[in-house]
Amino acid sequence: MNEILRAIYSSIIDGEQKVTTAKVQEALDQGTEPSAILNEGMVAAMAEVGKLFEEGEYFVPEMLVAARAMQSGLAMLKPYLVKADVKSSGKVVAGTVKGDLHDIGKNLVCMMLEGSAFEVIDLGSDVDPDKFVEAVHQTNADIVAMSALLTTTMPNMKVTIEALKAAGLRDKVKVLVGGAPLTQQYANEIGADGYAPDASRAVATAKSLIAA
Amino acid sequence: MEKRTFLERMSERGTLVLDGATGTNLQSRGLTKGLPAEVWVLEQPEKIIGLAQDFVAAGADIILTCTFGASSIRLEHTSLNGKGEMVNRRAAELAQRAVEGTPALVAGSIGPTGQLLKPLGPLDETDAIRSFAEQARYLADAGVDLLVVETQFDLAEAKAALTGIQMVTNLPVVCSFSFDRGTRTMMGVKPAQVGNEISPLGVAAIGINCGRSLEDNQKAMIELRDSTSLPIWFKPNAGLPQLDASGNPTYDISPEAMAAKVPEWISIGAKLIGGCCGTSPDHLAAIAKEVHKSQLFPSR
Ligand code: B1M
Repeated sequence: MNEILRAIYSSIIDGEQKVTTAKVQEALDQGTEPSAILNEGMVAAMAEVGKLFEEGEYFVPEMLVAARAMQSGLAMLKPYLVKADVKSSGKVVAGTVKGDLHDIGKNLVCMMLEGSAFEVIDLGSDVDPDKFVEAVHQTNADIVAMSALLTTTMPNMKVTIEALKAAGLRDKVKVLVGGAPLTQQYANEIGADGYAPDASRAVATAKSLIAA
Repeated sequence: MEKRTFLERMSERGTLVLDGATGTNLQSRGLTKGLPAEVWVLEQPEKIIGLAQDFVAAGADIILTCTFGASSIRLEHTSLNGKGEMVNRRAAELAQRAVEGTPALVAGSIGPTGQLLKPLGPLDETDAIRSFAEQARYLADAGVDLLVVETQFDLAEAKAALTGIQMVTNLPVVCSFSFDRGTRTMMGVKPAQVGNEISPLGVAAIGINCGRSLEDNQKAMIELRDSTSLPIWFKPNAGLPQLDASGNPTYDISPEAMAAKVPEWISIGAKLIGGCCGTSPDHLAAIAKEVHKSQLFPSR
């Protein structure tokens, strides 16, 4: 990893948003490949942050500031990524399900999808099933991506899938689900098309769902 | 019969028995996953009374109202939006009915708002204080004997809760944290910080609830005890929650295994002992039996 990518990497781990944006600008000015900035600098840093969180080294505040630093860097990178990639990978309507306010993981998934040239319509957290339906209607999305972090809100994924069915949209979109308490088995049970245990695998799964 | 108050009972020797879990027990009695327990306060009040009565029968000296998530900020995201006053009053009445004719007391439960305070999250401190004050007033007006601010993870939010509560009532307040990252809260707060920063704020007891494993909770209690002179409230989960294949949490500690720890908890300094998630009335009965045994043979 060259010096500037290393600087981006550590600024995200340290949650220094200003340093991240300055270094991303510098890297772009120097002609560094946007995909290298994204993958070697930012995605690698968030993976490390996730690891530090799992190990009990980092807590929620550190993780949130790191995610913010990544988000601001990504915002600068987006126009370049879109330019570099000939066409959009697909359109995704994303959100955390009704009753659930956990959005850190969902935001990471959205960021990584955007980083892979998906067009993401982020509905936020505590999203009503009808809101998902409406957004699919309006945007002609290819994928509905739902996140849930509470065992008590997981059932709302099924409710949303039922709402898509009732609106006659179920056959028009693929449903991707994720979040810490979920399993592949649960995803199968509720009739989702895909499940991913983490953000990078969410991108891979989204791509394979589009290809299918 | 005039009941001895919370503070009177706290000043006596010996250990008080708290209740067990609300959410996980109501779920095993049919509460649909995804529904906040407060929904049953209005729709299945007999189930709420039934569980509280089971805890009293098991030996609880204090039971908690089913109002953990009944702050206005929390209810906004549920079908009970705008019904905070009704839910809190009814829940207090149900708990009072369950302890009728017994010496058991009713603690009004106040949980976190479920949102992070600024700058990490969207919540204004003043809005948080207002929401806590409002819930405390509903519970106090309904006649609860004490209030417990529980499952806290952020010092700033816990302080907002205490500020709000103390604006509207002089009831004794307990403040309890959840160290669900082991011996740190999800925000990274350590038990010693809780002891140092919360003890001076006019609380009657300070404590630990929920959390992770019994071992971690016990370690956290030692650290907390070393940083406070207040009585300690201890309401751990019945072990580490494991998620089964369909995502239901299961708790692996048997009533006997949990109760076996009670003498140690008392020797560390727990004054109020119960259980959180996974603690059934059977668990609580076993805990109460140990508490009472240790009272008869204090040297054990
Ligand atoms: C579409 O496709 C996909 C594919 C992959 C997807 C995906 C979608 N979504 C996620 N993924 C995957 O990719 C991501 C990146 O790799 C991963 O996302 P994750 O979200 O898993 O991982 C994130 C990067 C990091 N992880 C997180 O962000 C979650 C961390 C923990 C600490 C957590 C946090 C931060 C919060 N919380 Co909450 N919180 C906990 C969490 C405990 C823990 N140790 O995990 C958990 C989830 N919380 C819990 C609880 C109980 C609660 N929380 C609550 C509140 C909060 C905060 C607001 C304080 C805060 C959220 C802030 C925010 N803006 O998101 C409350 C509920 C509020 C609500 N209605 O939602 C409250 C009820 C707390 C309370 N007692 O009042 C527990 C849930 C228990 C359960 N299984 O039901 C919990 C496990 C803590 C615990 N040990 O008890 C993968 O899962």
